[in-house]
Amino acid sequence: MGMTVVQKVLARATGRRMVAVGDVVEPAVDLAMSHENAALVINQFLEIYKGTGLEPKPWDPSKIAIIFDHRVPAESPKTATNQKKVREFVAAQGITKFHDIRGDEGGICHQVLPENGYVRPGYVVVGTDSHTTSHGALGAFAFGIGATEMASVWALGCAMNVEVPGTIKVEVTGALPDFVTPKDLILQLVGRLGAGGATFHVLEFHGGTIRAMPTSGRLTLCNMSVEAGATCGIVPADEETLRYLREEAGVEDEVEPMVPEPDAPYERIVQLDASKLEPQVACPHTVDNVRPVTSVAGTKVHQVVIGSCTNGRLDDIAIAARLLKGRKVARGTRMIVFPASGRIYQQALDAGYVGDLMRAGAVVMNSGCGPCLGVHQGALGDGEVALSTTNRNFKGRMGNPASEVYLCSPAVAAASAVTGVITDPREGGVR
Amino acid sequence: MSKARVVLALGDDVSTDQIYPGRYMATVLPTETPQFAFADHAAFNSLLKSGGVPAGSVIVAGKNFGCGSSREQAVSALKGHELVIVAKSFARIFLQNAINLGLRLVEVPDVAAAEGDDLAIGLTEVTDLTTGRRFALRPLPAARQAIMDAGGLIPYTRKRLVGRGTAA
Repeated sequence: MGMTVVQKVLARATGRRMVAVGDVVEPAVDLAMSHENAALVINQFLEIYKGTGLEPKPWDPSKIAIIFDHRVPAESPKTATNQKKVREFVAAQGITKFHDIRGDEGGICHQVLPENGYVRPGYVVVGTDSHTTSHGALGAFAFGIGATEMASVWALGCAMNVEVPGTIKVEVTGALPDFVTPKDLILQLVGRLGAGGATFHVLEFHGGTIRAMPTSGRLTLCNMSVEAGATCGIVPADEETLRYLREEAGVEDEVEPMVPEPDAPYERIVQLDASKLEPQVACPHTVDNVRPVTSVAGTKVHQVVIGSCTNGRLDDIAIAARLLKGRKVARGTRMIVFPASGRIYQQALDAGYVGDLMRAGAVVMNSGCGPCLGVHQGALGDGEVALSTTNRNFKGRMGNPASEVYLCSPAVAAASAVTGVITDPREGGVR
Repeated sequence: MSKARVVLALGDDVSTDQIYPGRYMATVLPTETPQFAFADHAAFNSLLKSGGVPAGSVIVAGKNFGCGSSREQAVSALKGHELVIVAKSFARIFLQNAINLGLRLVEVPDVAAAEGDDLAIGLTEVTDLTTGRRFALRPLPAARQAIMDAGGLIPYTRKRLVGRGTAA
């Protein structure tokens, strides 16, 4: 019996020839990422060392990444003080993969990591963020953990008691039609699997549609794999992965792709025909409550949000700019855009997209997570409806339990900003 | 066997945003998070804060409890009130965080119980003493037993670290 990508990663990371589904392993960690919750990780890390007489030193500071993104720039003295404590720890421990609140190097962790070449195929990546699954887009086994578990990783250098997960193979064929995007694909898949349908499983993506998809789209797919409960999503590394690492992430050293063996054990195979896909919308209040845009078209929208670790990349902003250029955001609807990183913001400025969006009436914010999880800016009023390219629509997600959130692609979001109601971007009027 | 009252009954897919809203995430210390448990569920949050919920009380829920964010506050907030969560199934990160912090979870795939019911929680089954119905319990992943036995991940890792130190 062969091995899936994740089995191969775990075999390598444990120094074994092979691992089987259900084995309990302690893989060495290649990259350990935290954001502002590093403040809690530090607290728990120091707790571990209490009474041991040992000096609290992380196992390998070069493998720790800390990126401030959840509340940037700080929204309160409490956050600012937490960020200050993390900065002090970073300096004392010599953590180099630290991205502070800056326009040049800063941004959302799930964009900063790939664009700096911190993630490679075959890596074991853990992050104190559920959307750490994003990094499967580069062929890594990347999954979310809690802060105490991260403290343990910092101490020992391995993830503990990892059960080798079973894998669901997702095979996608056919070309995505105009105005239909990777976001629509993953919404459709989450709708089909259900919010807990892939719990303790890997979603391994295959097929011609995936091979033809740029890394930005693969990041969207893997990002939202956790919305079906998956431990991770993963795209086996290929030519596009190597191109991305070389051209966009500036990686100069040799990169070894890691691909599944032909007789790898898949528990299930799910097939999707991208050519028949329509734009999708996840309706309140669960991500698996997915319907075609046509069935909710006409719903009044008070706030349109484009951005986040899911859909704040250059091609996402480009499609929004293309749909909004020379048009206006409808009166009675607010539109906010937040790019996934400072670098992407710069690229969007250089390409003229930021100007197109602002002239249409959109507010272009700095890069960060704030509006997506209701911690910082973009709050909704009682009874208001948001249409957002982010990843979650749980009750209260955007800060107000008396509001509603619909999730969609950047194309649906931009087309709807013009009309003020949920709109199918394929329809005339907006081209 | 422990006996406890159901103080809150919820449906499927209870998210970490419901358990611990994102806007309170700047509060991180386990000593401070319990005040924000179910903050958007005003009546239950007030009940918790008034001290009207005895330790060991039960929240009953459907499938995929704790879905969403990795925020550990969602666990420490419930642990602070010493609640027990009985659900049809749990989301992965929430489950692991709960084991790491010692929050008691009981997975019961067919559970059906209402607020005010008294439950007897045994090693292999849960009995609703109010309705007389009995439900089989699914054991938590064996891979995590060592962490539970150690009393949580911090003491477990501390032991490993000290063991490694003396071996070196």
